Order: sequence, then C-alpha cells, then structure tokens
Amino acid sequence: MKWETVIGLEVHTQLATRSKIFSGSSTAFGAAPNTQASAVDIALPGVLPVLNKSAVECAIKFGLAIGATLNRINVFDRKNYFYPDLPKGYQISQLAKPIVEGGALTIQVGDSERTINLTRAHMEEDAGKSLHEDFHGMSGIDLNRAGTPLLEIVSEPEMRSSAEAVAYARALHTLVTWIGICDGNMQEGSFRVDANVSVRPVGQAEFGTRREIKNLNSFKFLQQAIDYEVRWQIETLEDGGRIEQATVLFDPDSGETRMMRSKEDAHDYRYFPDPDLLPVKLDEDWIEQVRATLPELPAAMQARFQSEYGVSPYDAAVLTGSRALADYFEAAAKACGQGKLAANWVMGELSAALNKADLGIEQSPVSAAHLGALIARIHDGTLSGKLAKQVFEGLWEGAGEVDAIIEARGLKQMSDSGELEKIIDEVMAANAKSVEEFRSGKEKAFNALVGQVMKASKGKANPAQVNESLRKKLTG
Amino acid sequence: MSATSLTALAAQLKAKQVSSRELAQQYLDRIAALNPSINAFITLDTEKTLLEAAAADALIAAGQAGPLIGVPIAHKDIFCTDGWLTTCGSKMLHNFVAPYDAHVIQQFKAAGMPSLGKTNMDEFAMGSSNETSYFGAVKNPWNTAYVPGGSSGGAAACVAARMAPAATGTDTGGSIRQPAALCGITGLKPTYGLVSRYGMIAFASSLDQAGPMAPSAEDCALLLNVMTGFDPKDSTCLERDKEDYTRDLDKPLSGLRVGLPKEFFAEGLNNEVAAAVEAAVSELKKLGATTVEISLANSKLAIPVYYVLAPAEASSNLSRFDGVRYGYRAPEYGNLDDMYCKTRAQGFGAEVKRRILIGAYVLSHGYYDAYYLQAQKIRRLIAEDFNAAFKTCDVILGPTAPGTAFKLGEKSDDPVEMYLNDLYTIPANLAGLPGMSLPCGFDGKGLPIGLQLVGDYFSEAKMLNVAHQYQRVTDWHTRQPEGLK
Repeated sequence: MKWETVIGLEVHTQLATRSKIFSGSSTAFGAAPNTQASAVDIALPGVLPVLNKSAVECAIKFGLAIGATLNRINVFDRKNYFYPDLPKGYQISQLAKPIVEGGALTIQVGDSERTINLTRAHMEEDAGKSLHEDFHGMSGIDLNRAGTPLLEIVSEPEMRSSAEAVAYARALHTLVTWIGICDGNMQEGSFRVDANVSVRPVGQAEFGTRREIKNLNSFKFLQQAIDYEVRWQIETLEDGGRIEQATVLFDPDSGETRMMRSKEDAHDYRYFPDPDLLPVKLDEDWIEQVRATLPELPAAMQARFQSEYGVSPYDAAVLTGSRALADYFEAAAKACGQGKLAANWVMGELSAALNKADLGIEQSPVSAAHLGALIARIHDGTLSGKLAKQVFEGLWEGAGEVDAIIEARGLKQMSDSGELEKIIDEVMAANAKSVEEFRSGKEKAFNALVGQVMKASKGKANPAQVNESLRKKLTG
Repeated sequence: MSATSLTALAAQLKAKQVSSRELAQQYLDRIAALNPSINAFITLDTEKTLLEAAAADALIAAGQAGPLIGVPIAHKDIFCTDGWLTTCGSKMLHNFVAPYDAHVIQQFKAAGMPSLGKTNMDEFAMGSSNETSYFGAVKNPWNTAYVPGGSSGGAAACVAARMAPAATGTDTGGSIRQPAALCGITGLKPTYGLVSRYGMIAFASSLDQAGPMAPSAEDCALLLNVMTGFDPKDSTCLERDKEDYTRDLDKPLSGLRVGLPKEFFAEGLNNEVAAAVEAAVSELKKLGATTVEISLANSKLAIPVYYVLAPAEASSNLSRFDGVRYGYRAPEYGNLDDMYCKTRAQGFGAEVKRRILIGAYVLSHGYYDAYYLQAQKIRRLIAEDFNAAFKTCDVILGPTAPGTAFKLGEKSDDPVEMYLNDLYTIPANLAGLPGMSLPCGFDGKGLPIGLQLVGDYFSEAKMLNVAHQYQRVTDWHTRQPEGLK
C-alpha cells in the first residue's frame, strides 16, 4: 500500500519583549535561577497580571506579516492544570479568540513553491523549568522563564513530508526573526516546534490518527523525528496495528520517538476567560501604527530582487533567507551595480568562507561595501575571477581596501598588449608540439596553450584577450 | 471606650489631646480584654502597631496631617500586609508572612493609619457566618452564642465591640454588608473596580471588592476616600479621578426617589426585619424622600448564578495553593500527585473544598456551556434589571439579610440554608454595583437588623448621603452591646 504523510506544526515562539507578558520582570536568558521572578511570576497570594502592550504588538506584526485576520477583541483564557513549574496552577492563554486567525506562508521545497495555510496564532505565557538533576532525588524549580511571552503559531495539516515541514519551520523562523518579534535562538528555546504527524493510504480523504511530537528544538531533529515517526506509523499499520492518539517525545540519541502520554491521560483544562484581565480591543489606529513599523517582508523582497537585480527566483529565495543576508546582498549589489554578480559572490565565495569559519553573515569580516568594490573591479576588467579570489582573501584577512590590495599584491590584470604578445610568442616557441597539433586540427591543444600563457603571466593576463590574441597568431 | 467617630478621633489627634500611640494602646487594651471571647483577630502584633502609631505621631508633630492620620484600623486577614502573617483564615496559609503590602494597605499606610491587627474571616472569604475559619468562629458581640455573619465577621465584630474604630472588609457576595447588618455597624461595598484588588487574596476575581466597615456612614465616607484610587497593578481597577465621598453627606434628601424591589419584601423575609426596614423607609419619607416600587425579576436567580460563577473562579484562583512555593505542605507524601492531593486535602477546609469541586465541575468539558456560560448570560440579565430600575429611582432600598444573626452551628450543616443568607446582597456583586448596609433596629432578641442600599455605578457619594441623613435622625448605629463594657 502507498502511504501519504500529513503534518501540521505548532510552533512556540518567545516574543522579543524586554519584560514578561504579565509582569515587569526581565526576560533575559541565562540569569541565576529565580532571580528574574517577581511576586507576580511566582504567583504570591493576591498578585494580579497586567498585560504587556509590546507582546500584543509583536502578535499584531505577525498577523500583518502573514496576511491574517486580526481579532479586534482579544480575550485571555485560563488553562488550568497542576505542575510545579506553573506557579498559578493555570496558564494564561487564548482559546476562543486568538489574536491571529488564518494567514499563509509560502515555502520553497527544491524548485517548487507551496503555500501553507495557518490556522491561528495566540498569545500566552511560558511556564518555568523543572530541573531534575543535581538535587539528590528532588526537583528544583526555576521560574525565570515563567511569564515569558509566547506566540503559539498553529499551521493547517497541509505538509506532506518532513522536507516540507522543515521548509515551513525555516520559513516561519525567517519571518519571525525578520520582523523582529523573536530572536530565533533555538538552543535557548526561543523557537520550539511540536509536530502533529499522521499517515493515511494515498487517496483516502480522512486523516489518520495523529501523534504529536513535542518540543523539537532544531530543524535536524524535526526532520529526523518526523521521518522516524512516519516509518513507525506505517510499520505499525502494515503489521495490522492501530495508531492511538498520543503525545510523544523525540530522543535525539536513539533517533526514536517514545510515548509521553496517551489520549486517556489528556487533561481537562477547564478553560474559562481570565477575570483578572479585561478584553483587549485592537483599534485601527493602533494596527496601522504597528504596520508602519514592519520592514519589507521576505516575499516582497524576493520579487523586488528578481525585478531590480535580475536574480533568479531560487537565488532570490536564498538571499532572503534572513534579513541580515538580504541587507548584505542589497548593499553589495548597490555598491557595484551588478546584481547577478553580487548574488553569485554572496552565495558562492562569501557563503563558503563564512560556513568554513562558522560565522554568520552579521560577523562577516568582508563588508558589503568591500565586496561591492571587489565586484566592480571584476566588472571593469581590472580583475579576473581568479585574481578576484585572491583579493577576496586579502579582504577577509583585513588587509585594507580593494584597490590597495590589488596594488600591494600586484594583482592587476595585464592591460599592456605588447607584454602579452611577447608572452604568447615565448609560449608558442616553447610548445611547438602543441602549436603543431592545433594547426593539424586538434582543438584541445588550444586550451593547453591558453593555460601555459596564463601561467606565464602569473594569472594576470585577461583570459579573453589571451584567447583572441593566441587564436589570431596560431591561425594568422 | 465611647462610640467615638473617626472625625472626632482625628480632631482629638490633631488637637494633641491624645497621641496615636495612646489611642492605639487603648484599642489594644480593649482587644486584649475582649478578643478572647469574640475571637475577632487572627494576628496581633502590639510592637508593630505601636511603631506605626509612633510614626504617625512623628508626622503629626511635623505638621503633615492627613484627615485620618494617627487613627488606627483593623485589616481583614485577606489583605497581604508586609511582614504580617496573612492567612486568609486558612490552614493553607497558617504560616504565610506576606512580603508585600496590598494596595489597600499601602493606601492606609500612606494616610498614616496604624494597623491594629489582622481580623478573622471565613476561610478564603467563603462563608456567611465566620464559622469556616481555620482559626475558629468569631462570636457576635451582641450575643456570643450567635454568629457575626461573614466572611468579614472579624472586621464587623471588632468594630461592633469597639475593639477598633474602623476595619477593612471585602465583599464577594455580601461579605461586608451581611456581617455589618448582623453586628449592627455600617459597611460599604464600592462599585467594582473602584478599589484595587492587588494584594487582596482572590476568591472570585470578577466579584471581589474591598470596602470600609465602621459605625457610621460618615466614617465609611472618610475611609473610602483613603481606599479608592487607580492602581496600574490591577487591570480591572478603573482609571478615574479621585472623589471626595464626604462631599454630599449633608445634602437634604428632598426629591430622593427610593426604589423598593418587590422581590426583596416577599416570602423568606423575617417579619421583624421587614418591619424595621419599613420603619426606616418612613424615616426617609419624613426627610423628603419618595418611594417607588421596582422589580428585579431576575434577582431570584442570583444565588444559583453566584454559586456557579464564584466557585468557578475560586477553583482556579485557589490552584496556586499547591504546597510548592509557600504555605502549608503535607508532611508526608509519596510523589508529586500525592503531595498535591494531601496538601490540598489537609490544607483546605470543607466549605473551600466544596466550592473548588463545584467550580471544577461547572468548568469541565461538556458542562461549561450548560453552567458557566448560562450563568454569565443570567448575570447580564440581572444587571439589566438594575439598569432599568435606576431609570425610575436614585437608590434601591431593602433588607441586607433575610434575618438577624443565627446561632453558632445552626446552619453550618446545611450549605444551601447558609447560602440563602446572601439572597439580597449577591445581585449587587453580580451587577458590579455599590451596596451598603446600615443599622436600622433590633429584633426581639436584641440582635441588630441591617438595611441595604444599592446605588447606581459610582453613586457612593449619594448612598452615603442617604445613609448619613438617616443616621442623623436615628441612633441605631451608635448603640453598643451591653455585655461588653
């Protein structure tokens, strides 16, 4: 039987606000346990929540960025359950009236483009952390994270492979960091993915029973977890078994998912509107003010890169992988006026060097202005591609401006035709056999001669000029 | 101690006839003498009280005199008070020393009013007789075989016994007004949102409201001036300009339209209470008021609606008492779930557990629509009845409670009978309206009878005006229990 995979993702993004969603405590990561937990965060008797306006603005930004409906009246609900890292015994969330409904995200998988629809996104508070090591059989509670604002972003079950799920998660990650509502740090838990996975026979309309893989904190684990889960579900069904709805965890060491709780253990969260918080009304002025702070979005920028700089759709997608990369490319392209060349260099030489050095575009030792200047020297014929790579190395090492490096290292392309003529004559004289072979019709010999001339010029000869002069002399 | 009004006490302090420290000591002495038989206080801290009084004296000496500076006050043990045990009447918080002040406490501290102690109350404010307190029942100063009402029973009893010139209370379904009625004092529950709830341990967030309790309406007006004020830490606190609630006290009542809800004078009302309330109506008429019959048809549903909504909110509000971070934790347990179960089974009393169970039930999957949502709809209908009534009257008048104080233990085995005590007070909480109770007579057993006024939103000044004018021509509010001298 042929099987189809169905995946929907729920992503918890920590909103990049300075203070918590319902208290004035800092949200900075990594402080000593419980030093960023106020009376409100530890839920002392009598304390009350007060909504952080910037958390709402982050959610509005997101809704605008994905073309969603923004609910004008926002209600916060209490989700009741007991756990030591949930100080109030309930989490303040949004059930019936999430701030964001609908919207869509375009993803690129290989050469094809797909649109994934979103169900909703709602604001809620994060819980604290339970620490089970180092306490001699007891557990520690760190409430620094309790009350950190989250936007839980829920997609429709529209992805059909782990590759699509990863592409969606990446596109979402790009977008939330792009619009500045999330720092995107997956190690620190700023972007956590839950994957709902089911399989069904190809052609069947109903969904299979889903299992939810919780808390995946890297794209690699997302892919591995889904791949394992899909194999496990298909095998289970083909062996005549049944899939029970469940929540599972992925163990990166074994590469397997294991059951956390079954549907029977599911909580009744007894949701109801939080009487401590009034409904929040989004008026049009506020929405427009927030809209004015949105940067140009990745999709718009991709279209503009294609029309303005003549780059391919694929290149435009790669170049808008992050706002920093897109800004870098655009600055370099503007500096040299050569969009396609700039795209090649940014995606080629520069990316390779950054990868090798394990650096992000933000830390690039070569500035966009320098790269632009370098590309300009290629375009005006001063540098060959090969020489340009040597100049690039100089820039990477911090050896100074492009022209200074060219000068200091003598990397200028040979422009004196007399000098080139002389080298060609010498090479022809020293390689009489190759000259003979070319003249007897062996075209391959020509390339060998070109190579010799380039070598004799120490790479400074202009390859086009070498071609032309050499052919003229051989045939003339 | 004589029935000294807050105005008179403040004048004595300003005239340096008495120091705040001396005044506090007088009240502490009376508490030491009477509290063993009344049990109105859970926590006393003489040293702290006298230190605060000395600080007030220093301010008075420096000439920084606010209207009530140096006048001591007792606080219900529901308000977090920095450095004071704050128990909410529960074993669950028997060891909880609050590390911060509730907004209400801050306001009284800022006004230079020393705290006499923390008053007894029904556990987590759940009760109408003050019998659910972990710290024992409060006795009614008029007859110690009788209950003082609840949940602010300690507050009402300590004022009635003149162990304090004034007290703070809180009212979720009548918890200021009903004990005020049963103890023969004046108490006011303000419009919802007028007084910050920050630091007041939550019972039912959408209904809870703090207010003043004192012998007279004039005292309550002065106290309300201190308590109110916008607090950005409470999202449900209203951002309004400060009012002077004494401004209309002396206005004549001519032209006042008093609404008499026919449902509040119907079956279930004790005859002596009815007669006393009707006599009060006659007094108001003599002062120039007219009466108009009104109908609050949906208020008969107030008790069922309240006993869905209040427990629903309470079941969630009380989840934080889990033994993890503060308060009581069971001494022995097997695992986490066992710790939760034992801690909450041992830490909460029967009435609190009953309401948590009711609340969890009405919010649970499959019942939410039938109970919680339905109750919210009826709540709106009840509020609409009041809105309609206030088109034809300025203030609504009726009994505060269906009867006078009942005997200790008389109703504690029958929760529904107990709940009916709040029949007339709950509608104002559901609608968010201000309500007050003032003494209007005594029954044949010598127990006080209370009269309730319910006003339109933010009409506290008018209600206090009506009450004050009534108290100018009557002396019920100045009477003190005989046996306690």
